Amino acid sequence: MVDITITVNGTGHSLSVPDNTLLSDLLRENLRLTGTHIGCDTSQCGSCTVELNGRAVKSCTVLAAQANNGSITTIEGLGTPNDLHPVQAAFRDNHALQCGFCTPGMIMTAIEMIKDATEPLSADQIRAGLEGNYCRCTGYQNIVKAVLAAQTQLRSV
Amino acid sequence: MTTKTGIGASVLRKEDARFITGTGAYTDDLSLPGQVYCVFVRSPHARAIIKSIDTTDAESSGGVIAIFTGEDLRSDGIGDLPCGWLVKSKDGSDMLAPSHPAIATTHVNYVGDIYAMVIAETIEEAKNAAELVEADFEVLTPVVDVATATTADQIHENVPNNQCYDWELGDSAAADGAFANAVHVTSLDIVNNRLIPNAIEPRAALGNHDAASGSYTLYTTSQNPHLERLILAAFVNVAPEAKLHVISPDVGGGFGSKIFVYAEETAVIWATAKVGRPIKWRAERIESFQADAHGRDHVTRAELALSGDGEFLGLRVKTIANMGAYLSTFASSVPTYLYGTLLSGQYKTPAIHVEVKSVFTNTAPVDAYRGAGRPEATYVVERLVETAARELGVDPAELRRKNFIQPSDFPYATPVALTYDTGDYEASLERALSLAKYSEFAKRRNESEANGRKRGIGFSCYIEACGLAPSQVALSLGAGVGLFESAEVRVDVTGSVTVMTGTHSHGQGHETTFAQVVSDKLGIPFENVTVVHGDTSKSDYGLGTYGSRSLVVGGSAIATATDKVIAKAKKIAAHMLNSTEEQVSFDDGIFKIPDSNESLSFGEVAFSAYVPGDFPIEELEPGLSEKAFYDPANFTYPAGTHICEVEVDPGTGTTEIVSFVAVDDFGTVINPMIVEGQVHGGITQGIGQAMLEHGVYDADGQLLTGSYMDYTMPRADDVPDFIVDTTVTPCTHNPLGAKGCGEAGAIGATAAVMNAITNALDVKELAMPATAETVWRAITGD
Amino acid sequence: MYSFKYHSVSSTEEACTLFESSESAVYLSGGMTLIPTLKQRLDYPTDVIDLGAIDDLQGIDTENGSVRVGSRTCHADVACNPHIQALADLAGGIGDLQVRNCGTIGGSIANNDPAADYPAALLGLGATVHTNNRDIRADEFFLDLFETALHTGEIVTAVSFPTPLRAAYVKFPNPASRYAIVGVFVAEHNTGIRVAVTGAGSCVFRATAIEEVLQRDFRPAVVEGVSVDHSKFNSDIHASQEFRGHLVTEMTKRAVAKIA
Repeated sequence: MVDITITVNGTGHSLSVPDNTLLSDLLRENLRLTGTHIGCDTSQCGSCTVELNGRAVKSCTVLAAQANNGSITTIEGLGTPNDLHPVQAAFRDNHALQCGFCTPGMIMTAIEMIKDATEPLSADQIRAGLEGNYCRCTGYQNIVKAVLAAQTQLRSV
Repeated sequence: MTTKTGIGASVLRKEDARFITGTGAYTDDLSLPGQVYCVFVRSPHARAIIKSIDTTDAESSGGVIAIFTGEDLRSDGIGDLPCGWLVKSKDGSDMLAPSHPAIATTHVNYVGDIYAMVIAETIEEAKNAAELVEADFEVLTPVVDVATATTADQIHENVPNNQCYDWELGDSAAADGAFANAVHVTSLDIVNNRLIPNAIEPRAALGNHDAASGSYTLYTTSQNPHLERLILAAFVNVAPEAKLHVISPDVGGGFGSKIFVYAEETAVIWATAKVGRPIKWRAERIESFQADAHGRDHVTRAELALSGDGEFLGLRVKTIANMGAYLSTFASSVPTYLYGTLLSGQYKTPAIHVEVKSVFTNTAPVDAYRGAGRPEATYVVERLVETAARELGVDPAELRRKNFIQPSDFPYATPVALTYDTGDYEASLERALSLAKYSEFAKRRNESEANGRKRGIGFSCYIEACGLAPSQVALSLGAGVGLFESAEVRVDVTGSVTVMTGTHSHGQGHETTFAQVVSDKLGIPFENVTVVHGDTSKSDYGLGTYGSRSLVVGGSAIATATDKVIAKAKKIAAHMLNSTEEQVSFDDGIFKIPDSNESLSFGEVAFSAYVPGDFPIEELEPGLSEKAFYDPANFTYPAGTHICEVEVDPGTGTTEIVSFVAVDDFGTVINPMIVEGQVHGGITQGIGQAMLEHGVYDADGQLLTGSYMDYTMPRADDVPDFIVDTTVTPCTHNPLGAKGCGEAGAIGATAAVMNAITNALDVKELAMPATAETVWRAITGD
Repeated sequence: MYSFKYHSVSSTEEACTLFESSESAVYLSGGMTLIPTLKQRLDYPTDVIDLGAIDDLQGIDTENGSVRVGSRTCHADVACNPHIQALADLAGGIGDLQVRNCGTIGGSIANNDPAADYPAALLGLGATVHTNNRDIRADEFFLDLFETALHTGEIVTAVSFPTPLRAAYVKFPNPASRYAIVGVFVAEHNTGIRVAVTGAGSCVFRATAIEEVLQRDFRPAVVEGVSVDHSKFNSDIHASQEFRGHLVTEMTKRAVAKIA
């Protein structure tokens, strides 16, 4: 067992988990934050994307122990239905989701992409930035539209 | 009436609030107290005899609760997984269906076939034990190649030549006659590549058994929970229907692959009573690749006979369809009634004959995947038509126009058993040509050539039969279940409404679209309508969601039940207004009688229904809640034109889609935003088939594309922005005029893409997926 | 994953001591290959030694005309450093956004996946690999499929890249995994032209015949005439040996065109 102290969505947690626990399992099973989803075994689909110490990572490919003393934001930490994060709102307003399974990972990746960009992102740059997130429903078009819309709002703040 | 939230309005979705905040509840997100975990032990061999299974070491592994083999299920009376559609061969004999136990007993027949299940306190403990299950296999030579399966080793005892059936449709003599009179014949050899569905949510099951009541609860990733319950009860013998509660909570995409009743949830729900604990299973992606039902996988020879002036005279199609190792739930119907019947396309081809041999191979079962049979049919027809145009040197749009069924021809009976009710194919073609700027294509091609690139354009004028189906027709053709849909519209005391449907939403947005229909009809706020689905204890019955049926069949049931609510409410209003129900009119949520200023709101009538102070109870029951079972009179026939334009980099064979236009006729559209989204997703899957995706087995039956490292999923940078539009000819036989939109993109797109690439390369045939190397070889002439 | 003991260490010395005292240890750097491997139970170390807390393995320094990249530096950080643009471009094309935030240069080259991008940069730029006890020239570092000159337990601490006169990397990605089917790094140094090819064979290699013609005449067209022996190249469902051979020529032409 390994002792872990982490901050998730602003709340501190200290817990003891088996050494081979993945960050995604810690979030889903120990903290019951099930908005972070598991869609593959090989670190490609991106459904499990969370922000770890300010950067988007695939939580299924990070050991919980590696996140020790870290700060994590998951989809649950962004906004509530009545007070959405601009990227969440843009996904809803642009019909950027259908089944919703990939959506938390998409939103977490989109947030990092917008945050990191020094210049406004083009649609092509957004498509390239979403390389690590699979969606089987939307054909991506409305996701790109949502990220463009959210970017406009976030950059004007 | 089009309001901001009514029929025709792009209302934002009700379901999004939970999905964008991470508070959706998918099966794997649920947990029950005391739950344990299940891991399935899967065959590493494509074909082998199970000589013995030794679970001794595994049973003593840490945390193990139980290990079951196929014998345990069999001795407990658990039946085989059935196929729900009986297809007959042309000689009148029934199709041959091999035994399909949930857990293999004597043979394993594909890589991933289950031969044991391990239940343990944790997943890792279950995996540890699974590695200790010792099976003694006698490995046999597998049958992998679909084209030669009928002459290979016999896989199943009761299936000679590995042939499930040899089916035909249409008039063989008439077709031969047409070819005898033909001035030109275009023929193609076509392989429709095997696809692996890949909903991003892997399949999962969470079962629980209540020993006191003897009842079972199964949470599972199903597109049709009632059908799941029916099969588990009636065929598999888990428990009587009334003791089996199936819940499909939020489901992360299906595309057909979650229609079927699979081994895993069957074993889980059975075992939960054996171990007395709730059991959870979630597929790892490798299991999704190995054991979700795959799609497509046809080998076809097709010929089109034409007159001297380009009139279609006849069509002959011979197809071998891969069923995989066993018959999945609806597998037999896909290459027959959902394929052969669509070969008339949008055209007045007078004579058509199709033969389909379905064969077994040592590969994962193959069943419906988005479009199911109709993409394969469209691919055959539209590749042939485009090729014929090129061979004859005529404009492919013109050749299509010449042969289109005209608006005045409807209802139009095709030579392959369907009667199209309505359509205007030229309208969508013309709109698509305009959006694609077809008249300027030559200029664009010259520009590409000047830049060292090859440019091509391709069309696909598809038709589909959706809204499965008239029960009488389906049952007469071998379906095992009726294909109607149920609905209940329950008006609450305060006038809000709860709608129960037997369809299931796993991305389609039913909670929004159905609420639009009901709020529009009742004239009440959209926010006051709640749609409930996915729970066998809440809606009466249902056949679920597939085949673009939810709005056209399920929505029609809801519309019908809503009409019954209005009829009942009119009776109540008549009583309240001292009038007769014939005198009462209802419009935009208000009940009125002629020549009177008196009126009642829907809410007032609803309240009165539940507070019936002075009802004449002999004539007027209290309450306001109605049900309907809607059985469609015919299929619906969405149709449209897709035009794809590509640019090929001859140096690498890389193909880029530079423009994609889709103009579809879905009849009445309830929510254009949702419909566009469905089209985008469908087109992307169609492009995936044409350019990226391929389920490949090697000669030993090992799946070479068993992970995302090798199976190419369409990513955001693989597809362009699509230009989509609609034309409308309302369906003539359902109350909404809707035709269905879920599959159109996947049905139409593939042929458009391949027609564009073959146009760019100036080649007749090209294998799918058109990977860089395939294209490069076509260019270099290898 | 099988069970293992996780260790976080704060120095390479501590890591090596632990490694030697363990039954079968592995080092964890970015984990982008190791963790999926462990998840699929394809490896079963008794001990996983996380190098993430060793501060002096992090960061990028430019010194005396070369760039020194700490082994624990993630691809995203290399992608942001414009000192050698071709190296930044290469790093910015590895995996995806999330992978680039975790994956490290040290982890990548120690693994020596035949389709990885970094080996082409190291070989093309004539880099030097620094370990906890020696320096190894890139020319001697990559030995064969997943095989390097590293001794058991040895830790890559940094990689130094001499700044080239000009350089470019062009890859043809596997459509599924997005690893390189063929990636070609072309660099001109004071000492001559280097052309390093990844993805095509079992291990990154220098295309010496192409180097020779480019040395004489640095134009894309001259590459066309050089025959590439593809008989020992990789072959899979995504690309045959022949196609890989063609792509070596084509990617080289494109890399040269970028900087000619």
